[in-house]
Amino acid sequence: MNAFQWLEYLAWAVSILIGAWLLYDLVKTNTSYSEDVLMSSREGEIEDDLVIDPTHRGAK
Amino acid sequence: MSEITTDGTAVTVIHGEKISLLRVLGPAHVWALGVGIVLVGEFMGWNFAVGKGGGLAALIACWTAGLLYTCVAMIDSEVTSTVAAAGGQYAQAKHIVGPLMAFNVGLFLVMAYTMLEAANAITAGYLIQTVGGMAGFDGVHDKPFIVLTIMALALLNYRGVYATLTFNLVITAIAFVAIVVLFFGVRPWSHDLLKPNELLGGLPYGWLGVIASLHFGLWFYLGIEGTTQAAEEVRSPARSLPLGTMLGMITLLIAAAMTWYVCVSLMPWEYLGQATTPLFDAARLTGSTSLMVLLFIGTIFSTLASANGCINDASRAWFSMGRDRYMPAWFGAVHPKYRTPFRSIFFLVPIALIFALGAPLDQVVTFSILSGLLGYTFMSFNMMMFRSKWPLGSIRRGYVHPLHPLPAIVLFVLCAATYFAVFLGYGTQLLAMMVFYIVVSMWFAFHRYKFVRRGDQFTMPWPRPRGY
Repeated sequence: MNAFQWLEYLAWAVSILIGAWLLYDLVKTNTSYSEDVLMSSREGEIEDDLVIDPTHRGAK
Repeated sequence: MSEITTDGTAVTVIHGEKISLLRVLGPAHVWALGVGIVLVGEFMGWNFAVGKGGGLAALIACWTAGLLYTCVAMIDSEVTSTVAAAGGQYAQAKHIVGPLMAFNVGLFLVMAYTMLEAANAITAGYLIQTVGGMAGFDGVHDKPFIVLTIMALALLNYRGVYATLTFNLVITAIAFVAIVVLFFGVRPWSHDLLKPNELLGGLPYGWLGVIASLHFGLWFYLGIEGTTQAAEEVRSPARSLPLGTMLGMITLLIAAAMTWYVCVSLMPWEYLGQATTPLFDAARLTGSTSLMVLLFIGTIFSTLASANGCINDASRAWFSMGRDRYMPAWFGAVHPKYRTPFRSIFFLVPIALIFALGAPLDQVVTFSILSGLLGYTFMSFNMMMFRSKWPLGSIRRGYVHPLHPLPAIVLFVLCAATYFAVFLGYGTQLLAMMVFYIVVSMWFAFHRYKFVRRGDQFTMPWPRPRGY
């Protein structure tokens, strides 16, 4: 087996790990929060209280 | 939801009953989203226009498509500076035209970006496979790298928009700088390397070739309209969206002109018209190893930036449709920690994988282009109706595009010409796609629309439209 084949197996392995983590987090999040909270977003809603960007909030 | 500590760092905590997408992006991120999706078209794809009609035809297509997209960018900038919502043109269509148009525009967006994502992953896999082959390895495969590209970028998107588009900003800037360095590296002020007079080749297929080349002329700019998908996540939509979009368009016009000049002056049109990676080939012809390495990096980065932006845009469009119940409401969820449309991002991963692993590249790209073209055609109608229903002065606009209605008319005429150009090469796909959108429109009108909460979908605090 040459180095490139190892690289291919590594790519498959990392892809599977990422897929597994995404699925795990999706299921965990779905079961940890109510649907009302997860789907509480409203179109175009601008709520300055929710903005966490420090620069926008005047922090240096 | 989120707190700022005394040292200015952001900590995400849940303390409320509501979650929304995160407003953290600036004009540079908007630029990175728009240019990031498009710039790959400079590295590969635009040159098929040369194959259709010669180098001169490709230049005319470049200018014509540039005019088309300048109209798109101006129109988008004006409307989106008032409709600050994820989903971009979908949200515009919903408010300005109506639900059936919005459903179709939403699908145009999802299909165009998911297909483009798949095409980019195929290209990234091909490039890595080529490098493996050049390095002397036998039997190298592209599929593991196609899958890894989609999965890794999906993970990045899943975990937050700020990191996603900051990453795009860096790699897009490097890819753009690579084009600029190549342009000056071939010394355009001299004819030491460049032979435009010998290689240009005139119009081998006449003016029909010029029209046919329009199809691939779109590649210079296809996707810049995606900046509108960031509308709900930019700190100041009225300022950032027009600024980022128009700067993106200027960047692309410069990159397109440089790319065309370097490539047609270095390669005969017969070769250039079917080359897989024309800018990388141009770098190879200079004989400079450093330019070759830089353009290879630029090619890979532009591919990744495009796929990354496509995941961002497709998921926002799908999320918006779910939030309005145009699609199952389940897709309208926001991740409480990462503040991204996580279900939409996750759902679109297998779809992108199916197309990337199972469909031919040219079919995937053509479906993407045609979906984009349908979206541009909508914009010309949309702009006319927007100005008619809400004239200047009736609502606050962050940007007012000049010479209305000329850009909308020019956009419509150029779209019509491009449909004809696409029909010349891909008539069957064009008809098949029209049938597809008609069938799904009927499904929406007769089945799906009854699930939509009709009163809730119109959220903009606009005055009643004129005439209603």
